[in-house]
Amino acid sequence: MIVSIANEYSVPVSEVRAIIDFYHFLSDKKNADYHFYFSNNIIDKMAHSDLLVLQLGERLNSIIQQDPSRVCLDETSCIGLADHAPAALVNGRPLPALNPQSIEEVAELVALGRPLDHWPAHLFQVRTRICRRSWLLNMSLPPGESLLSWQTKGSATILQELQASQLRGRGGAGFATALKWRSCEEQHSGEKYVICNADEGEPGTFKDRVMLSEHSDWLWEGMTLCAATVGASKGFLYLRAEYAYLLPQLETSLQVRRDTGWLGAALKERLGFEFDIQIVLGAGAYICGEESALLESLEGKRGIPRIRPPFPTISGYLRQPTVVNNVETFIHAAAIISKGSDSFLQLGTTQSKGTQLLSISGDCQRPGVYEYAFGETVEQILSDCGADEVQAVQIGGPSGQLLGPQSFHLTLGYEALGGSGSLMIFNHRRSLIEVVNNFTNFFAFESCGFCTPCRVGTALNQRMLTRLHLKQLRQHEIQLLEESVRLMQNSSHCGLGQSAGNSILNLLHDFPETVEQLLNTIGDDNEARLVQALQPAVQLRKS
Amino acid sequence: MNKQIIIDGEVVTYRPGQTLIQAARESGIYIPHLCYQPGYHAIGSCRVCMVKVNGRWASACTTLAAEGQVIDNRTLEVDAHRKQIVQMLFVEGNHYCPYCEKSGECDLQATAYELNMQEDHFQHLYPHRSLDTSHAEVWLDRDRCILCGLCVQASAEQDNKHLFTLGGRGTATQLLVNSSSGQLGETNISAADEAVAVCPVGALMKKQSIYSRRSGERTYDKTPISKLEFKA
Ligand SMILES: Cc1cc2nc3c(=O)[nH]c(=O)nc-3n(C[C@H](O)[C@H](O)[C@H](O)COP(=O)(O)O)c2cc1C
Ligand code: SF4
Ligand code: SF4
Repeated sequence: MIVSIANEYSVPVSEVRAIIDFYHFLSDKKNADYHFYFSNNIIDKMAHSDLLVLQLGERLNSIIQQDPSRVCLDETSCIGLADHAPAALVNGRPLPALNPQSIEEVAELVALGRPLDHWPAHLFQVRTRICRRSWLLNMSLPPGESLLSWQTKGSATILQELQASQLRGRGGAGFATALKWRSCEEQHSGEKYVICNADEGEPGTFKDRVMLSEHSDWLWEGMTLCAATVGASKGFLYLRAEYAYLLPQLETSLQVRRDTGWLGAALKERLGFEFDIQIVLGAGAYICGEESALLESLEGKRGIPRIRPPFPTISGYLRQPTVVNNVETFIHAAAIISKGSDSFLQLGTTQSKGTQLLSISGDCQRPGVYEYAFGETVEQILSDCGADEVQAVQIGGPSGQLLGPQSFHLTLGYEALGGSGSLMIFNHRRSLIEVVNNFTNFFAFESCGFCTPCRVGTALNQRMLTRLHLKQLRQHEIQLLEESVRLMQNSSHCGLGQSAGNSILNLLHDFPETVEQLLNTIGDDNEARLVQALQPAVQLRKS
Repeated sequence: MNKQIIIDGEVVTYRPGQTLIQAARESGIYIPHLCYQPGYHAIGSCRVCMVKVNGRWASACTTLAAEGQVIDNRTLEVDAHRKQIVQMLFVEGNHYCPYCEKSGECDLQATAYELNMQEDHFQHLYPHRSLDTSHAEVWLDRDRCILCGLCVQASAEQDNKHLFTLGGRGTATQLLVNSSSGQLGETNISAADEAVAVCPVGALMKKQSIYSRRSGERTYDKTPISKLEFKA
């Protein structure tokens, strides 16, 4: 099969193999009739996903034994349903909020060989939980409103307004959106591209999924506004494969825009430029959320982050000037241009203006999407979502920070907590080593493998964290762990490796009692005695 | 007009467009490196050439020289950092230096000596990797491959054969051979290929010429890698 693909596309066989091996959802074998991917994020584990996998495995064991091509039980990194944990995908469709009853039902349907189209709809139903609305989510944004504003004011004024709003990217890095758009606008050669990053791979994050399912029109508006402003005629939505089930409704809403003259050829007559958007699916690789890896992936390659500079606004997709923004960023930009930046600027803090969307999951009564003005304290957020006896929270996903109660006074914003899109909550019954171990496994699985410190460091950290969990790690090995993390922070090629050890350092430094209880101290006194016994030899060597 | 940067207190001139490692090299200053080779595009993956530019870490092979840069290169701190990266490369693969055919000619080993590496420091990963002896002239021992990507570039751009690709991800990353069986035997590689010559370690090796120089008389036995670069 690999050889025929290589021939069809005239690429080396090794390239085809390289790509299949890189993306988690690609394989050179035919998929099983029912291919399950259980989400293995800590939030799913806390909701007993492991037991449910076992239950399903037991029920389907005889079928799998008979014919392995019928069923495959697999796991994968967080599928963006932490508000519906534990969750899984079956042939790309979501199975949210699983429990022993629904697993029983699923096992029955598989045993009967029932096609997915005939499974009861409730099994696939993802309910949208928007739990708090503020500036953005209370708004009504009629299609074309920001585009008409562009038509009257022109690109220069739009860029000024965006700059005045101080909007910063919501994909994590917090780069000023106006600067990005301006840099692309200023390029005078080549075809330009507008790309929306809907890879949303950071475990525990699902706010982009909710925006895509509830407000895709706002996203198309924001991308089209960007295209108008920078002068691009082609746009892409890079959608993570885990969200493939949103494809039909996204295609429909794109078509509605075309039919109503806000996209495609019709735009030419109305506003004097052409722009259309194509949806491209990822294939299971967290690193493809990093913008330059995303561009590589979009070009059909392995998602290895590029050397930067040059940045995408100068040399992006096909080496042409390209804007890459997060889903929420495009939506915010459209809202700011439609409604003006005054009300936006009134919210937030000095360096972080406006509001942001938070994906809240874990030990709380009301998981879901919350819109907060920057400057809100973690404490207030925890009380709003009904979380008590909180031991720690992970803000910004595994690459963010693990905070204990001593830090709950900190506030949302780029100043302190970064442009974090998620909050995972752990109460006092949870084991923090399990949490950090889970994150460490995630990074080892998702490291692209390009650079030494991250490729090797994530693997070393994984082994050391597992041993710490098993109470095997000794005090002196903690230093090795720290060295590995520092090496990754200082010399990794991209943000994945640079941030992969954050939660490890948080655990070591902010939760010393937890770590102390885990250390292997058996025979420590023997060691001391041995050192003492060897003293004369050491002396001799020194003299 | 030539412009200037400072490396370990020495003034170094550069031409606009040069990277730190290129500028340093022209002035006879050695910045340790593995995946960088003169005449190749910078890859930036091994991270051995990390330096501190005005106090911030950066890879010398991908950072352009610019006015006002003060660079730490062979300081205790920077070399200690590099040594640990080299140690990571050692524990990641399976390197049996004492009887390796490349011993004494190997850039990884020579760089480790240069950085005064005395132990492996980190836990060995002991990976299972495959050996490909299917070709008459060249063999590939993946145990020793440091995934630098130089052979990929050499085979594509200098030999015009496109024989290699890096595939997979994470620690499962491996060098793939472009043939339907994935074996070298099916390819038209030759011992004279630049891809073989450029391999910095004992991964891509010429058959029938091993151990032709005795230990003690091999390249790096006589001259440390930091000096050898500037001999030619
Ligand atoms: C490992 C890694 C993963 C990332 N994943 C995402 C992602 O899933 N979605 C996203 O919007 N940005 C992600 N980013 C950030 C992007 O590189 C980029 O900064 C962002 O898409 C720019 O958009 P913004 O300016 O609107 O934030 C990731 C970065 C790194 C280093
Ligand atoms: S830091 Fe990790 S993910 Fe980023 S380039 Fe290096 S190996 Fe790849
Ligand atoms: S075979 Fe040699 S040149 Fe090729 S990637 Fe491995 S170490 Fe580098």
